[in-house]
Order: sequence, then C-alpha cells, then structure tokens
Amino acid sequence: MAHITLDQLAHSYLPNPAQPADFALRQIDYVWEDGGAYALLGPSGCGKTTLLNIISGLLTPSKGRVLFNDRDVTTLTPEERNIAQVFQFPVIYDTMTVAENLAFPLRNRGVDKHEITKRVDEMLETLDLTGKARRRASNLTADEKQKISLGRGLVRYDVNAILFDEPLTVIDPHMKWQLRTKLKELHEQFEHTMIYVTHDQTEALTFADKVVVMYEGQVVQIGTPEELFDEPAHTFVGYFIGSPGMNIFPGQVAQHSVSVAGKELRLQRQYEPETQGIEIGIRPEFVSIVDRREAGVDSMPLEVQAVEDIGRFRIVRGEVDGHKVDALIGEDDIIPESAAAVFDPSRINVYKDSHLVKGQA
Amino acid sequence: MDKPFNNKAWLFVLPVFVLVAISAIIPLMTVVNYSVQDTFGNNEFFWAGTEWFSDVLSSDRFRESLVRNLTFSAIILIIEIPLGIAIALCMPRKGVWVSVCLVLMALPLLIPWNVVGTIWQVFGRSDIGLFGKSLSVIGIDFNYGQSWIQSWIIVILMDVWHWTSLVVLLCYSGLVAIPEAYYQAARIDGASKWKVFRYIQLPKMQRVLLIAVLLRFMDSFMIYTEPFVLTGGGPGSTTTFLSIDLVKMAIGQFDLGPAAAMSLIYFLIILLLSWVFYTVMTNFGIDAPDRREGAD
Repeated sequence: MAHITLDQLAHSYLPNPAQPADFALRQIDYVWEDGGAYALLGPSGCGKTTLLNIISGLLTPSKGRVLFNDRDVTTLTPEERNIAQVFQFPVIYDTMTVAENLAFPLRNRGVDKHEITKRVDEMLETLDLTGKARRRASNLTADEKQKISLGRGLVRYDVNAILFDEPLTVIDPHMKWQLRTKLKELHEQFEHTMIYVTHDQTEALTFADKVVVMYEGQVVQIGTPEELFDEPAHTFVGYFIGSPGMNIFPGQVAQHSVSVAGKELRLQRQYEPETQGIEIGIRPEFVSIVDRREAGVDSMPLEVQAVEDIGRFRIVRGEVDGHKVDALIGEDDIIPESAAAVFDPSRINVYKDSHLVKGQA
Repeated sequence: MDKPFNNKAWLFVLPVFVLVAISAIIPLMTVVNYSVQDTFGNNEFFWAGTEWFSDVLSSDRFRESLVRNLTFSAIILIIEIPLGIAIALCMPRKGVWVSVCLVLMALPLLIPWNVVGTIWQVFGRSDIGLFGKSLSVIGIDFNYGQSWIQSWIIVILMDVWHWTSLVVLLCYSGLVAIPEAYYQAARIDGASKWKVFRYIQLPKMQRVLLIAVLLRFMDSFMIYTEPFVLTGGGPGSTTTFLSIDLVKMAIGQFDLGPAAAMSLIYFLIILLLSWVFYTVMTNFGIDAPDRREGAD
C-alpha cells in the first residue's frame, strides 16, 4: 500500500531523444493517491501503456523518478516494487491447475504452506472459482482466465498497486459488465490502488474515481468523470469523451461574448478579448434544435444532413456555416424542415490553442 | 449429440480414397501378397499363411536389428531433443543475428543423406580425415571400420549433426510465438528462470516438440543411408539396422516372402510407436475429466 509519485517522468524509446516528438511519454508529474481507482484513457499509441509499464517496473524511464511513498523505485524490478499487473490477454500457466496458478506468486516468495492454502482458498471464493480449483487453467474460458490473472495479483495481500492493461479486450461483451463489477467490488474490499488502462471511455468512466486522459504522449487532463464531461481541459478531451464528442468551432472572444459563425453569443463568464487561435466547444447534449422561422436572435441556421436513432436519443448531424455540428435530441422531438441550432450559453467552453480558457464568473 | 446421417458424404470422401489407394494401399497390397505366399520360381506361388511372419519374428537376426534400431532411436531422441531445446533457448530473438543463426541452422538440413554419410566417412578416417587423424595424433586408436563402438559414435554424431537443427528450428518457432506478456507476468509473479522455462516455455513448446519427437523418431528408426555409406552395416553386423537388413534380404538374397513380412512388421512397429508418442504427448497435461470429454 503506497501512494505513487511520478516526478518529472518522461520516456523515449530512442537512444538520444532531442525534440518533444521523440518522446513516447512527455514530462508528467503526478501523485496517485493510495487506494484510488484511476483510469488511463487515450487512443492507441498515446503512451498509456508506456506509462503503465514504467509504474510497474517493466520499463525504466529515460528521465525522472518513480516514488512509492518516499522510496525511490525507479530502477527496481516489478517484484521488488511488489506490484501486480493484469495484461490485455489472460496470462495463465497452462500446465498448472487453477489453485496452483493462484499459489504460484506466493510459492515464488517462499510463503508458508498453510498460509498459501488459506489465501488461495479465500481467493477462489472471492473469484467464484472454488468449483474449478482442481481444473487445469488452460481449459477455462477467457473471462475465467482473466480472473485468475487478477487473482494472482490479489492473492498477495500487500501489493502496492494493481495495474490493468486493457484487461477486458478479449472478454465477451456480456461478461465484460460482470468482470467490471467484480473489479469494483474487489477495489472496495481490498482498497488497493488500481490503475486501469483503456481506450474505451465507458470502461474508464464507470471504473474510475479519477480519469487521466492522455493524448500524444501527454496528460491532457486529470479529473472526475463529471469534470471531463463539463469542462474538458483540451479540445481532444471534449472530442474523445462523450458520444458523440464535443462540437468545436473557430471563433473570437470578447469580454462577455463569443462570435461564432457571424453570431454574437452572450457568455455567463468574463474572458480576456482574444481573436487568435480561439475555439469554442459545446457538447451535443446542449445544442437544441428549433424551427428557423420561430428562432430567436441567438439561433444559427442548421443544415441537417443525417439523423441517427440510438434508442432513447437521436443524433442530428448537420452543418452550421460550414462547420460540422452534432446535436442530441429526444426521440420524440420534432426536427423542423428548416432548422436552426441554439447553443446553451452556460455550457459553452472557450479554448485557446486547444487548451481551456477559464473565464471569471 | 445428434449426428445427421447423409450417405452422399461418401462421394466427398471418394477422391481422397482413390488417391490414397493409388499412392499407398495398392503398392502395399503387393507387399502383403508376397508376405503370405511362397514361390520356387516359374512365377508359381503357394499359400504360406503366417509362416514368414513367425519366421521373421522368431529369428535372432531380426531381433538383434530391432534392438539396434530401438537403441539408436532412443539415443538420438535423448541427445537431439534436449540439445535442440537448449540451442533454441540460446538463439537471439531479435536483431540481425536472428537471420544469421537461422541460415546456419538450416544449412545441415539441405545436405542429402548420402553426402552426409560420405562427409563423415572421410572426416572420421584416421589416415586422411580431420577428426580421425586428430584422434590418432593424441593417441587414440580410431578405426570405425573395426570397432563397433566407434562406428556407432560416428553414426550418432552424423545424425546429431544433421538433424538437431530441425529440432532447434521447431523449438525456436515455438519460443518466438510466446507473447511478451507471459514473461512480464512471470517477472511480476517473481518466477525464477528455471520456472519460466518449466511453466511457460516448455508447455508452450509442447506442440512443436511433439512434431519434433515424431519426425526424429520416424526418421531415425528408418535410418539406412548413413551407416550403409559408412561401413555397409559393419563392422560385422553391428550397424546393420532393420532397413539395411531388409535390403540385404530382399535384394541380396532375393527372399521376397520373408522380406515382405519383415517390411510389414517394420511398418507396423513405426506406426505403433508413433501412435504411442502422439497419445502420450497430447494427453500430457490435460485434466482427467477433459480427457473423458475429448474421448466422446
């Protein structure tokens, strides 16, 4: 049990990295609280697995330090760090039984025999695998195997953290839900620090207390799911989180208003006037559709191009002044023939050079 | 489970059946014919029943050759399989040396059997061969033409030199197919190098090892060319393996009946032993309940 500090950490797979683009992971400073459930979210190749492997010790970073509590573990091996990791594909020892698989990490550490039996039995119970204890692990289903991989970490009570590298990739959809619930339960029961790498936002948002969003080797935002939804710190976060993602428009900002597509929209907050590199972001949830003839002055003509029914909601895909706009409307809402879009001014975020500008209330 | 019955399926099996008949069954039947008949020339044949079979099986000549074959195959497997695994483990997994190693390993496999025999026949000679000469220089009286132990050593060396590469290449292909995550998980579980080998590498190589054992067993059990080129089955008959004996009987003495009976017995022994290897190795490491499931 420990809190994990990343101190000016950076990593490059090249021997002599010169420019920022050479780094798979650009500088990051962060403290992972003891007992937290974190998700590392980002598209493929954004550096999240690199970061995970640095924390677990499978990879030594090119720069910076990793601290467990106050102990520098940067150059220590995974077993010295006392960490558990669950991989994308279930790793099990084919020739061993389920029980032997769970006992393996304890045997390697020379734990007393009675203690091993006790802990393995408990773990079998926890994972609902008691009935299969004497079975060969190779004959189980993918989700059972993944449970064993997880169990080999949990069976060591004292692990500093459990790391997950997209652990549900090969699991059937209907089992994903169960396994994720199980993870949540285990987190509450054992209170281990858990770090969960994924590119699936649903997984990240349901699993984690805090989500770390990564993009091109950088951490672009760390926050609770609500924060990521309401105030994305980077246009990438706005686009990546949410389904569909945030609408982004070029525009200009003056004190209390933005001008978008030739319209002045009043904002609730106050901003420094700026014309260069400004974008505004609005989530499809906060775009409403009205009839153009009855629309007010803040509405913008919308060319509707497609409507997708996703059950309780419909996604309207269209264009305003040549820019793509998505809007989320209820399944019974009427789409007028000549439509206009209205943005909820309290939900507009302002970005300069892709980063969020916080206005004053 | 309910199996659907449809006799049209026989039609689909027919082409294979015809091919196998032409390539294997019909030639084999002529051997079966000879094995149950006797002739005194003039193309007249008499029914001999199982006489040739009991003759062959009870003859010392056959039994001695069979023991030689079994001993030889056992030695070959005991040396080549562990050696092949060891070399495969030492080979690099990435970098330029991979292709260098692979080419070096593949080279012996490209050399024909009789060439290998000739190479070692010359190599082992104490007058002009590097190996034989070196040994006699350091005071060992080396003459494989007279000492049965020495001729066995040469034949075994020859086979190890020629065929270990095959085991190496098969094992190597098994090793590189193991995902990196297994090694990472083993490190996290605190497994020693031996345990990584015992619980990850060896089990993951099981399939390719099965192929390696089968191929090496069948090939070594059928060995003919190398000892024939080296000493013609001598000194005495100490390297007269079943295949050499068979050729002597069939072509040298023209005893077609006993030779045919012997080839059938020879064939059945290989089939039986291959089946034993296959069954043992595929069932190794499977749960008792699953074995039953697999059986029905």
